[in-house]
Amino acid sequence: MDLMEYQAKELFAKHGVATTLGTVVETAEEARAAAEQIGGVTVIKAQVKAGGRGKAGGVKLAKTADEAFEHASNILGMEIKGLTVNRVLVTPATPPEEEYYFSFLLDRSNRQYLCIASVEGGVEIEEVAKTNPDAVKKIGIDPGKGVDAVKAREIATEAKFPEPVFEQAVKMIEDLYKVFVEEDATLVEVNPLARLAGDKLEALDGKVSLDENASEVRHPEHEAFEIREEADPLEAKAKDLGLNYVKLDGQVGIIGNGAGLVMSTLDVVAYAGENHGGVKPANFLDIGGGANAQVMANGLDVILNDEQVKAVFVNVFGGITACDEVANGIKGALELLGDKATKPLVVRLDGNNVEQGRAILDELNHPLVTQVDTMDGAADKAAELANA
Amino acid sequence: MSIYLNKDSKIIVQGITGGMGAKHTALMLDSGAQIVGGVNARKAGTTVSHKDASGADVELPVFGSVSEAIKETGADVSVLFVPPAFTKDAAIEAIDAEMPLIVVITEGVPVQDTAEVWSYLQGKSTRMIGPNCPGIITPGESLAGITPHTIAGKGPVGLVSKSGTLTYQMMYELRDFGFSTAIGIGGDPIVGTTHIDALQAFEEDPETKVIVMIGEIGGDAEERAADYIKANITKPVVGYVAGFTAPEGKTMGHAGAIVSGSAGTAQAKKDALEAVGVKVGKTPSETAALARAILNERGLQSL
Repeated sequence: MDLMEYQAKELFAKHGVATTLGTVVETAEEARAAAEQIGGVTVIKAQVKAGGRGKAGGVKLAKTADEAFEHASNILGMEIKGLTVNRVLVTPATPPEEEYYFSFLLDRSNRQYLCIASVEGGVEIEEVAKTNPDAVKKIGIDPGKGVDAVKAREIATEAKFPEPVFEQAVKMIEDLYKVFVEEDATLVEVNPLARLAGDKLEALDGKVSLDENASEVRHPEHEAFEIREEADPLEAKAKDLGLNYVKLDGQVGIIGNGAGLVMSTLDVVAYAGENHGGVKPANFLDIGGGANAQVMANGLDVILNDEQVKAVFVNVFGGITACDEVANGIKGALELLGDKATKPLVVRLDGNNVEQGRAILDELNHPLVTQVDTMDGAADKAAELANA
Repeated sequence: MSIYLNKDSKIIVQGITGGMGAKHTALMLDSGAQIVGGVNARKAGTTVSHKDASGADVELPVFGSVSEAIKETGADVSVLFVPPAFTKDAAIEAIDAEMPLIVVITEGVPVQDTAEVWSYLQGKSTRMIGPNCPGIITPGESLAGITPHTIAGKGPVGLVSKSGTLTYQMMYELRDFGFSTAIGIGGDPIVGTTHIDALQAFEEDPETKVIVMIGEIGGDAEERAADYIKANITKPVVGYVAGFTAPEGKTMGHAGAIVSGSAGTAQAKKDALEAVGVKVGKTPSETAALARAILNERGLQSL
């Protein structure tokens, strides 16, 4: 789960990382009040989970509270990379004298953690990485050893943090590592890490991605970071039902089991669509390893409510999932939906208990349900029906 | 021959008394695998009742620890059906007991737990497969995991895949030839056994005549595998990558882009594999057809 800047800063503050929280508001009127309370020059920052907010006009300096109101009015409701801005962060303007870059992240290729630091970085870090790669230090972290005071000092030395802020950098590196491990993050990024007037080191902007597996297992408090209104209504409904669903822009609804098979199904449907008026997959929906009848019914309920969907392809290879369970799910869902089910369903079942599954659907003999034995054949049929 | 797992493998199940553990212990026994017991500290000294492949009743002993299970049974494989919160400790227990192979089926393990286990494993004798994987099957010999043993029989194809259900699909597509071993390495960001490990093992396995490798979007494991194939693999490799039309994943911010150096897209992976001579199919069935053509060229007949 990616966090917004203000949420990332809350975690920074919790673990002792120097930052200024500011005030998060959802209306321009509140932005004015916040700016008045802070006093002096403020920054109004769009809160969306996307980079390039500044370039998109989502970050503005306000000299007065009225200006804060004006900027907030413009920024709220703005779209940045397809995301609507529903809240802004109002913070005191603290112009940096120098900008650095710092992050901890999961390095999946080397199966360890990685620290990336640059004192020549700041917001243009990617550019620096290209033009002056030596200025971007990458330091591997052994997950079994972690980052203690000694390691933090080693990192700060290698990154060449300047003397006036060196000790602050050492402490901040230790604290950022606490954010990384104690919150079970896959990314903790400070960009820019700023040297402010008076040689004060502060995290001016932050990005944190949390490992959802870990949130589930040991961080119930992370649920508070979920911001629901941004999701597509169908995605929100799917989330409520505990389904792994992503809305796409197409006509063939897809339900399958296992992320790999569902991704493969999207591909096969897209190829089949080339012969049927260019129809495309309408969604990703993985009903998972142990899917039962209720999960299947929930999945169909979400997909049939997608107005763009013209036909549905259910592609299941029974491993843990038994095909008769899936068939019963389809049967149950159709009974539940009754007259509201108006879209054709192409079903391909294979694997565990396939005979029983196919027999259940044969017996059901529902006018909307077509069974096809192969994945390619079923994808073709679904694309054809979606183009009808 | 096969890789990592054969008819002599003696398997224990960590979490044998849980729902998933019990269900799949029964299925593994049904495949003919030698399941010799299980571990649950709270139920040590009891037994669990199952039936073996011939339908005869078996009573499997439940041990208090992995080391005790090894001592009593000579087990050399452990399959973990342990809830995610306890997976790290269970894996470390098995590593400390010097279990040669551990297969972690559990889905939803915190990635930092896996990272710690991987770090702990360095310099030790254990191989880990998974987590979040279907496990490994050597058809007709043994099964350590949840792959349905009825999909395909023994044959010349070596299969390695991130995804469980795509493993099943590919086994089904090539059931006319069969498999030396099919291994699902798991889709988590960190796994114990990689595509490269499996490629190397298949290269060394005389029974494997063609290797099928299934990848999916994210990370750079396929690109790294491509480099490895170029330098080390002499057997024909056929590839499949899922996710050409999948939505763009969440960006990892600047840090991710700097590290991977690759977009992690299906196209990038396909290009990397094709550049080293791997034939890549657009769909599972096309991939199977490519593998079949190679097998036919080499004079190998379908079953």
